[in-house]
Amino acid sequence: MAQILKVDDIHVYYGSIHAVKGVSFEVNEGEVVTLIGANGAGKSTILNTISGLLHPKMGSVLFEGRDLKGVAPHKIVERGLAQVPEGRHIFQQMTVEENLQMGAYTQPNSTIEPGIADVYERFPRLKERRRQIAGTLSGGEQQMLAMGRALMSKPKLLMLDEPSMGLAPILVEQIFDIIRELHAAGTTILLVEQNAQAALSVADRAYVLETGKISLTGTGAELMASDAVRKAYLGG
Amino acid sequence: MEFLSYLISGISLGSVYAIIALGYTMVYGIAKMLNFAHGDVIMVGGYISFCAMFYLGLPNIVAVLLAVVVCTVLGIVIERLAYKPLRSAPSLAVLITAIGVSYFLQNSALLIWKAAARVYPPVVEGTASLFGGQLSISYISLLTIAVCVVIMLALTTFVNKSKMGKAMRACSEDKAAAQLMGINVNATISATFAIGSALAAIAGVLLCSFNTSLMPTTGSMPGIKAFTAAVFGGIGSIPGAFLGGLLLGIIEALAKAYISTTLANAIVFAVLIVVLLVKPAGLLGRYVPEKV
Repeated sequence: MAQILKVDDIHVYYGSIHAVKGVSFEVNEGEVVTLIGANGAGKSTILNTISGLLHPKMGSVLFEGRDLKGVAPHKIVERGLAQVPEGRHIFQQMTVEENLQMGAYTQPNSTIEPGIADVYERFPRLKERRRQIAGTLSGGEQQMLAMGRALMSKPKLLMLDEPSMGLAPILVEQIFDIIRELHAAGTTILLVEQNAQAALSVADRAYVLETGKISLTGTGAELMASDAVRKAYLGG
Repeated sequence: MEFLSYLISGISLGSVYAIIALGYTMVYGIAKMLNFAHGDVIMVGGYISFCAMFYLGLPNIVAVLLAVVVCTVLGIVIERLAYKPLRSAPSLAVLITAIGVSYFLQNSALLIWKAAARVYPPVVEGTASLFGGQLSISYISLLTIAVCVVIMLALTTFVNKSKMGKAMRACSEDKAAAQLMGINVNATISATFAIGSALAAIAGVLLCSFNTSLMPTTGSMPGIKAFTAAVFGGIGSIPGAFLGGLLLGIIEALAKAYISTTLANAIVFAVLIVVLLVKPAGLLGRYVPEKV
């Protein structure tokens, strides 16, 4: 399997706060890789660094073998890296369909309509609500919209930041079913989650992040069985 | 008939305010800053068109286009040099910078064009006579109203339908998310300043044609009034700026005609205060609670 993303010993600071302290990991084509860890472990910081919204003080991020240092966030999206941010960040005052069009901002105009049709096929609820203002959607629908919007850019790597956050258990299950479907369709996914159980159940490989450092790594199944992970994240 | 004539003059004055307010509101909506130098860009537009007509002898329409081009470039340069370096600075620093840019433009104009007021003949002259001469409306008033309506319709279509316009709305709502869509936020902000400044140039020509005079402080008061109009209508809202501008112009014209010329401005601002007490977000401003 070809390596698509390599994060090499990155250190990220917020002012004087050392949030990420030398994290390295990689994602291969077609894999679902998850970063799990408690609130404040540095998970979102890592994703925002990969997306170019934050800059590492040391270390590098390689996407398809090319260093992303100094590349503007919008250029990173053009290269095929999409992020569904924590808290979804859909455009509340725009319609569902306009949100999807924004997702395809880097794509040629001719591919937008078929792309929207694909998203509607995967998320029929969004089609029903296509003309609705996105801010009026339920939390689960907003998450689907955020994921659909990111898929509009036809990403080579899709990064999901806490997709289950704030959702009812039934919706969490739906979101993870969608992640499984995307995986089966060959999408490469980097998933950041607090819900370790669900994340490990879909992941090929996983990394456990603790206060800015990786403390454990292994396949999803290995970590699910690990005593340390069970104690800390899976409730015994 | 008298009332009608006051009303029409109010609408055309309001149209100028509306065109200026559109620039204020778009920049505020997208860059989240109050560009207090906006009024002075109007003045620059006035001088450029004036010089083009009287020193270069260019036809009026060419002079207006030249003013639009110069102001567009000026808007982009101001944003690039003065505001862009402060993108992540506290908003107070940006506000003070904007006031500084405003004074810089006024004083540069003072140096180049001197303090004395120039006589600015209207770009369109003549008067239409209606109802057997009972009602006369200057062509410049009619032109101003028409230009304002066209700009309003064009801008609404642009923002709602075009890719760039939608990107502007996306940036206005959530810059980080817009970047994650692949939108170049800096380029979008530049484009917004370009559009706002082009509108300011047009407003400058219309305003000077109205007042038939031009001096380095010409833009200040209309700038503040247009800012008031933008807040009145709901800052950040394009139809709000249009409505706010028109209402402000009408209130001002009627107050001048029926109450007192000297109190007209005080009345305008008193109405603003009352409206904001009742509707803090302005007439068409939206308060959107965030869903977490």
